Amino acid sequence: MKKENDNIPAPETAISETDREDLMDNAQQVTDPNETDANGSGDDHETDTCEPVADPEPTADTNVQPDEAAALAAEKEKPVITITGLRKAFGDHEVLRGVELHVNKGENLVILGKSGTGKSVLIKCLVGLEWPDEGEIDIYGQQIGHLRYAEMNALRIKVGFLFQNAALYDSMSVRENLAFPLRQHKKKMPQEEKDALIMEMLDDVGLADSIDQMPSKLSGGQSKRIGLARTLILRPEIMLYDEPTTGLDTGTAKEISELICQMKKKYNISSITITHDMACAKMTADRIIMMKDGIVYAEGSYADLERSDDEWIKTFFN
Amino acid sequence: MQPILSRYHRTKLRVREKRSQWKDYFYRAGDLTAFMLRFFREAVKPPYEGREILYQCYLVGYKSTFLIGLTSFIMGAVLTIQTRPSMAAFGAISLIPGMVSVSVVREIGPVITAIICCGKIGSRMGAELGSMRVSEQIDAMEVSAINPFHYLVVTRTIATTLMVPLLAIFADLVSFVGAYLAMNIHDSMSMQHFFQAAMVHLEFIDIFPAIIKTFFFGYVIGIIGCYKGFRARRGTESVGIAANSAVVASSLAVFIIDMLAAQITDLL
Repeated sequence: MKKENDNIPAPETAISETDREDLMDNAQQVTDPNETDANGSGDDHETDTCEPVADPEPTADTNVQPDEAAALAAEKEKPVITITGLRKAFGDHEVLRGVELHVNKGENLVILGKSGTGKSVLIKCLVGLEWPDEGEIDIYGQQIGHLRYAEMNALRIKVGFLFQNAALYDSMSVRENLAFPLRQHKKKMPQEEKDALIMEMLDDVGLADSIDQMPSKLSGGQSKRIGLARTLILRPEIMLYDEPTTGLDTGTAKEISELICQMKKKYNISSITITHDMACAKMTADRIIMMKDGIVYAEGSYADLERSDDEWIKTFFN
Repeated sequence: MQPILSRYHRTKLRVREKRSQWKDYFYRAGDLTAFMLRFFREAVKPPYEGREILYQCYLVGYKSTFLIGLTSFIMGAVLTIQTRPSMAAFGAISLIPGMVSVSVVREIGPVITAIICCGKIGSRMGAELGSMRVSEQIDAMEVSAINPFHYLVVTRTIATTLMVPLLAIFADLVSFVGAYLAMNIHDSMSMQHFFQAAMVHLEFIDIFPAIIKTFFFGYVIGIIGCYKGFRARRGTESVGIAANSAVVASSLAVFIIDMLAAQITDLL
């Protein structure tokens, strides 16, 4: 954690190698994310967290030299997203005041903070929906500020975005919502393959029966699931979730959190989740960043932050 | 001292507000111009959304035929009924078909069609795109690497540009039928005679500019409707504002184009 402002109390510990090991130890103790509470309320998530994503088996290629292997390992360790000195203002109101963060491969970074602290603006900057006034955003080694429109679009295919209200195209059925990105980006894919992919995605989110429904007929939770399926159909490597559980009852919120964990596990996705829902944060976070007044105020694992003596941080965990 | 200062401050604020209004006005005008020019740049770029263009043509063209047909029929009939007494006073009843045809083909048909399209199509596009903007559907397209301008604006504007001229021609024909039936309320005239008399007074210079200007009408109706929706600010109120201002701005643009077309035709 870093200190950006004199008025802000001493920062929490930044995630270190030891913390990362602790995090993995914590993660080893988790129960199955699919397991729900006996009462189904989802209120109590004491033991709910994402299972750690298993690293792929090392390659059996014996021709790989040690220095090459080291280079590959270093490449793997390289953050997929790095944000440096990000600033953004709307008129006189400065929303982001020098945000610095990174996301490692296969990691889910949860961003917590009160409303109006610039969390959504931050992730919108990552996909070019907002443009920062200052600072650099590096995704897969590409600085997005320097990309042309076509290059940005190529990057956008790798980065999925789940909107707060799912943003389903309301003039299209569920099937058409999922088919639309495929029609635009997978023109050469045979129709049967597209149909199979749509069914697979709907099966993944447990809504295969809703394929011919219109978005207006879906509940909030179902819309979020369809939104997630539509985003994942292009197989993004990074997911950005903008308040995925907001406006949902605790049971449905828990289902969505579980779905985020499952998708992360299945597709080995790196992600950033913006949330106010502590149960969701606890269940999905590999690491948490807390934002206050447009800067990163605290950083650490859920357990680290929960133990914090900082009064402001305590307000989230109590 | 206090009242003088406060009056000074009030004036200063008013001047600042006026200046910012002008700035805002020029900003919007520039933004609309850039948006209109962007259409030409994007329209030639693949992928060509043929399916969506056809669907929009169906919505704009086919779905408007009843309204345009009914309005044009009434327009032709009323024009004939209203002018008949004056023409009868001069013993020029036989000139009514010619007068109706020239006024309908040159002016009333295209303009009335365009105004109806402003209300029906412009407002629909403003509200639809405004609602898509507010519910982040346009942002969702953007982050899926789908160009929303290309998919939403280009298709709709091409549809209106192609359909409004067809609707205007349809409106002209239906107006003739209305005029013919109204003519036969008091007088007796065969359909063949009526249409012959109508066509005799029509020249190429009456028909050609009238059709050309309807392409411009269609273009401004589509592009302004889309612009207003595309630039809707967040919030449900902005959807209503987008629909309303799309109608107002596109109607105004239709009249300005009509005036320019009249001046240009006059020079020919």
